[in-house]
Amino acid sequence: MDLLWQGIKEAIRLLLGGDPEVFAIVLLSLRVSLIATATSLILGVPTGMALALSRFGGRRFLISLVNVGMGIPPVVVGLMVAILLWRSGPLGFLGIMYSPLAIIIAQTLIALPIVTGLTLAAVQQLNPKVRLQILALGASRWQMLWILAREARLSILAAAMAGFGGVISEVGASMMVGGNILGQTRVLTTATVLETSKGNFDVALALSTILFALAYTITLALTVVQQREKAP
Amino acid sequence: MLSRVTGLCTLILGLLCFWAANGLTSTDQPVMNRIIILATTTSTQDSGLLDLLVPLFQIKTSYVVKTIAVGTGQALAMGRRGDADVLLVHAPEEEKTFMAAGHGIKRQPFMYNDFVLVGPTSDPAKMAKAKSAAEALRQIAASKTLFLSRGDNSGTHILEKQLWMRAGIQPAERWHQQSGQGMGQTLIIASEKSAYTLTDRATYLKLKRRIELTILLEGDPELLNTYSLLQVNPLKSSKINSAGAQAFVDFMLAPETLDLIRTFGLEQYGQPLFHLLKK
Repeated sequence: MDLLWQGIKEAIRLLLGGDPEVFAIVLLSLRVSLIATATSLILGVPTGMALALSRFGGRRFLISLVNVGMGIPPVVVGLMVAILLWRSGPLGFLGIMYSPLAIIIAQTLIALPIVTGLTLAAVQQLNPKVRLQILALGASRWQMLWILAREARLSILAAAMAGFGGVISEVGASMMVGGNILGQTRVLTTATVLETSKGNFDVALALSTILFALAYTITLALTVVQQREKAP
Repeated sequence: MLSRVTGLCTLILGLLCFWAANGLTSTDQPVMNRIIILATTTSTQDSGLLDLLVPLFQIKTSYVVKTIAVGTGQALAMGRRGDADVLLVHAPEEEKTFMAAGHGIKRQPFMYNDFVLVGPTSDPAKMAKAKSAAEALRQIAASKTLFLSRGDNSGTHILEKQLWMRAGIQPAERWHQQSGQGMGQTLIIASEKSAYTLTDRATYLKLKRRIELTILLEGDPELLNTYSLLQVNPLKSSKINSAGAQAFVDFMLAPETLDLIRTFGLEQYGQPLFHLLKK
């Protein structure tokens, strides 16, 4: 218990004291996870809608892949991305292994199935008659898609929250493709692992507290938007 | 209808995304041939030695070092595949095999510390009385007290396997368990489980105040822990930064750096964490 208290005090000290190292780690975590979430939304929302609205052979198989992907362990994604990005791998010539970009790629792949799957479920849940009605009112195809996305926006915001929560808190992929390099790819979760193995439990706890506060703040902002949207 | 709060939140989220995307350009990589990938063991990072030396090297030479702290087994594998330029590892036998297979162009042992056998103060296996590491391990086996192994093919794990072999014992799973984690984590688990374990002295000293384990056996020449610098053979891949690896090795072996290594930890632990090999 003493340790817990010490950790919270250390967190406040690190944040208020403006420790530049911790500050850089916090900024990098936030930046990497926001870009990954945004990218997964840009790719995942249209994919989810397409899967929900279209009918083609192999569709169910694709959906089952998306659904299983929602629970894929980040460390597996990390390993696959690492195999591609290592110098000896097929994309090694890009030279992006152990860089923030490598973490963004891995995190995007982690969030993508979550966003796609939740969007798919949300759009399918809309009353099918709405779709006919929109078309009957003379909307074009793109207008219809836009209106459906607006109809499902509460769930899409939930998908954004789930995706962001998933990537800011994952450690396996960041460790593997980022390498936890100080000043380059050390993010909050990998720094927590390192400080724990160094025996600096108070610092590790402080980093966890900061991580939690950060995830909570972003989620709170999204929740406010989501819940206000509900009231007409 | 957007209320003021919603508007504000949307604005903040939008600005955040804008800032994050803006950062993309600033996370650009430095020029490729200025990057060195250093694959090393966890002990050099957990002890804080590299956090001291790597920044100095980067300032001096304007190279950017990507330090990947993994077990020695994985570090050597990275070298074999050409995924690293220079290795800082501690498993002499495996290193010699690595060199003999032509994976490296130069191997330079330069510093050492030692391994120690640690365990609960109560010492149920009466290991403290043992005269050698092999005898100590036989006592653990005879008393079937829990021994926690790294189990990750790290330098420490490789030595541990050699020690069991020399003691003539095939450890049984019931009392010989594997943590599968780094040295720091393994010490923490061993402390919680009142188990024995083999550790390098540097990591032990770093964690000493956090764990309830005592050094029970030390000083056996078998427990010497030698660290070497290995330069990966540039013929393995066109991407290997041979000049960078050479610059890093030169820096590590320069008299000023060796002085820093020799005194590292002296102030904090009352004894240095690493010693220099005599030339």
